[in-house]
Amino acid sequence: MDRTRVAVLGAGIIGAACARELALAGLDVTLLDRGGAGAATTSHGEGNVLVSDKGPGPELRLAQLSRRLWPEVLAAVAERSRAGRRAVEAAEWHPKGGIVVATTDAGARGLTEFSAAQRSTGVRAEELTADALRTAEPFVTAAHTAAVHYPEDAQVQPAGAAAALLTDACAAGAALRTGEEVLAGVVRGGRLTGVRTRDGLLEADLFVDAAGPWSGVLSARLGAPVAVAPRRGDVLVTTPLPPTVFHKVYDADYVGAVGSSEEELQTAAVVESTAAGSVLIGSSRRRAGFDDRLRPEALSAVAAKALRLFPSLAGVPVMRAYGGFRPYVPDHLPIIGADPRLPGLWHATGHEGAGIGLSVGTARLLRQLVLGEPTGVGSHAFRVDRPAVLAAPAPRQQEQPAASRRQEPQEAHEAQDPQEQGQEER
Amino acid sequence: MTRRHVAVTGAGPAGLAAACAALAAGARVTLIDSAEQPGGQYHRMPPEASAGHPGGLRHGRDAFLRRRSRVLTHPRCTWLPETSVWALERTGPADGPPGAGSGAPPRVHLLCGGPADGSGRTRRTLDADALVLATGAHDRVLPFPGWELPGVCTAGAAQALVKGERLVVGDRVVVAGTGPFLLAVAASLLEAGAGVREVLEAGTFPTVGRNWLSRPWELAAQLGKTAELAGSAAALVRHRVPYRLGRTVVEARGDGRVEEVVTARLRPDWSVVDGTERTVPVDALCVGHGFSPRLELPLAAGCALRDTPAGAGAGPFVVVDGEQRTSVPGVFAAGEITGVAGAPAARVEGAVAGWTAAGGDHAVPALRVLRRSRDEGRAFARRLARAHPIGAGWPGWLRQDTVVCRCEETDYGTLCAAFGDAAQAAPRVARLSTRAGLGPCQARVCGPTVAELRARLGAGPAGHGTAAEPPGHTPHRRPLAQPLRLGELAAAPVPFGSPEETPDRSGGPKPPGAADRTTPSGPVAESPEAPSSPTDPSDPTDQR
Repeated sequence: MDRTRVAVLGAGIIGAACARELALAGLDVTLLDRGGAGAATTSHGEGNVLVSDKGPGPELRLAQLSRRLWPEVLAAVAERSRAGRRAVEAAEWHPKGGIVVATTDAGARGLTEFSAAQRSTGVRAEELTADALRTAEPFVTAAHTAAVHYPEDAQVQPAGAAAALLTDACAAGAALRTGEEVLAGVVRGGRLTGVRTRDGLLEADLFVDAAGPWSGVLSARLGAPVAVAPRRGDVLVTTPLPPTVFHKVYDADYVGAVGSSEEELQTAAVVESTAAGSVLIGSSRRRAGFDDRLRPEALSAVAAKALRLFPSLAGVPVMRAYGGFRPYVPDHLPIIGADPRLPGLWHATGHEGAGIGLSVGTARLLRQLVLGEPTGVGSHAFRVDRPAVLAAPAPRQQEQPAASRRQEPQEAHEAQDPQEQGQEER
Repeated sequence: MTRRHVAVTGAGPAGLAAACAALAAGARVTLIDSAEQPGGQYHRMPPEASAGHPGGLRHGRDAFLRRRSRVLTHPRCTWLPETSVWALERTGPADGPPGAGSGAPPRVHLLCGGPADGSGRTRRTLDADALVLATGAHDRVLPFPGWELPGVCTAGAAQALVKGERLVVGDRVVVAGTGPFLLAVAASLLEAGAGVREVLEAGTFPTVGRNWLSRPWELAAQLGKTAELAGSAAALVRHRVPYRLGRTVVEARGDGRVEEVVTARLRPDWSVVDGTERTVPVDALCVGHGFSPRLELPLAAGCALRDTPAGAGAGPFVVVDGEQRTSVPGVFAAGEITGVAGAPAARVEGAVAGWTAAGGDHAVPALRVLRRSRDEGRAFARRLARAHPIGAGWPGWLRQDTVVCRCEETDYGTLCAAFGDAAQAAPRVARLSTRAGLGPCQARVCGPTVAELRARLGAGPAGHGTAAEPPGHTPHRRPLAQPLRLGELAAAPVPFGSPEETPDRSGGPKPPGAADRTTPSGPVAESPEAPSSPTDPSDPTDQR
């Protein structure tokens, strides 16, 4: 066996996309997950494939690459196998377009400037008149001050999209192993050569950290910590409705909330329908570690913001809520590339709330970097050895015995500088 | 010293007894139920009913009405009818065990002033010193071809129609499934004037008989329950309705409505004995395979659960100690969520929970009596579970096109395909791709079934999950315990404020100074009923 052996750690959508690209490139890929494939962050999001929420810069270029790749990738998956064709149907790819609505004058000014900047980089961003908005979204509030249509925005059923990529990865020869958690790394001659799980040792030539919000914990176990921390989000799901929301509609505050680094609760309305007729309503952002407890006031704030956009939804029953953890990096950029501290370790993580959309572009970029091919988009901004990623010590959560953690006074955390606090999730 | 405030969610037999005992122990009580009247599923009655009416439908109605009136008119009781608990909010450190820190129970989030599917309700919050969860159970039904046809209903629904609306479900009814509840339902149907063709118990004689007939002296302790069963059995005999063991309905057929059922003999593992199929014309079919505890709120509170062995009842159930404490400080559990044993056992558990939650004296002799009675109830629950296990062979009744999730019409073949594919076998991923469990009932009906199928199809144990999906909890985890309207959710909640505040919808008059009138001098002095004699001896006709 002289093929390069790759172990992708994490079988969420990022891991699935990376496994697929690397397997298609002829590498011998094993995909490992501590739980089930796509069971964590991937299946707890809304399935955003967005260009609209990113300002000009490296992440927008990655988003544009991903948006171009999505239809190609799904077509290729459907082509390769019958299972792939079924999986692509279940991915519910829907290029429905996004509409950003401002409801204040300040919001309107911000949105106008933001979309103008995006247009300069090739994003299609069309200002809508009041009449055009009413035609596009008949139930949206009349009290809006500006609206911009982004025809490139799309939506997928995220777990289905991940399953489609994974099905194709397996069709291309990748092996999936679930229920195996990485406990430690094995370093020989300064190089990561293996990972230990409860089931034994897995050796490979290179390892890809695709553990999403658990990357902080995983990378610390491997001895090369990166500053990825969970940022909690909540989504409300209504009972199925007759067609009411036709695009991905969100308020202009959303971009601000995405870009903020606040620890406390941030909310912005993101409203969209699913193929089944339910309306998904997001979103909240809160950094509180892996705290999975329901916070009614977060759901209430999300509901209130959504009603500002769609007042007529007030009587609609919400039948469930779900929450997930986004992989948060203090500078809001993903981490893609080789870890210079530990040869053999690569990262593809830290996409915060954009991982579904950015997965296929990330995987393409990673493949190009691994194989030494020229990259289509710049990778410098996503490099591992940048201050926001390396500045802080390893996340201590789950790495220390509970007793010693409790002894630490609360104030000690609060006294740290903001950047470091980002890693100190409690 | 301030009085302890005990919140009780659920006003069925367990919750009402908890409220009663907590009042007797001197606490303030807030009793919460989504229905207009206390009583739960068990004491369901038509809205206009205000007093007992003749016949066996009474189920100890008079004793229940006395207890109800004692609780609702008590000056220290606040009764919140038509109030849903939609969430429990845990505070305290995120990484500690649930309830660590303050020792206070989670905050209760309520929707007041309307039924569970209501609208325009007021959002309120309640912080109590102790919380008693008495949320009960709903009936469990296993799927089989045709079970989604109109005219097929759960045994519980049939009984609710008879009890609550006095509707007769049919003239040629077959009652099938497992458990003594089938007898009770058949008896209720007969009494209401329905024609029952036969009652089919899927359990075979060795399983059912051995467990019911062993250690009969223990049954004597559950006299009420045993007498009730005997009464139901006698009703069957009187109406010449056959009761068959080891036989069940494996298919329902009909054009737009059930017209006939196929019954078949079963082996002890519930696999079908080929060649024993019989076709029976019917106009209604009632099925029930035991009960599913309603675990949303215990899970939201962070209570530890215990798994039951595969097939033994519809667990998991809430873990409680000798005083009905759950693993979460300040949170108590009583009734069917701790193990299915019927109303008398639920009442005793409720009384122990309410008394302890209120800070009642541990040394009172009455409590010892109650505990012994509670232990007998638990033994009865174990007997029930042993006598009526779900046989492992039931998936053999399914065909590829048999609907498993009725809300989303997901069939067995679709689930097999999902669970056979590692790319989508994780519970949440499969749920999103097959849509099983995403409909209006939120997997309350199909959740345990899907989890069991998943385990059997080799996609890992039912609870195999990640941090985001704790092991074993998946089918019962519903962060929103009840649906609510977006507008209701968006409104800021009104807290039930100071300890002495009287909420709008309280029952019974509150004379000035009433709260100070009674001094907790002991359960017997305070109330003749709880906990000194919580199981009313005049109440022998309890079902389930």
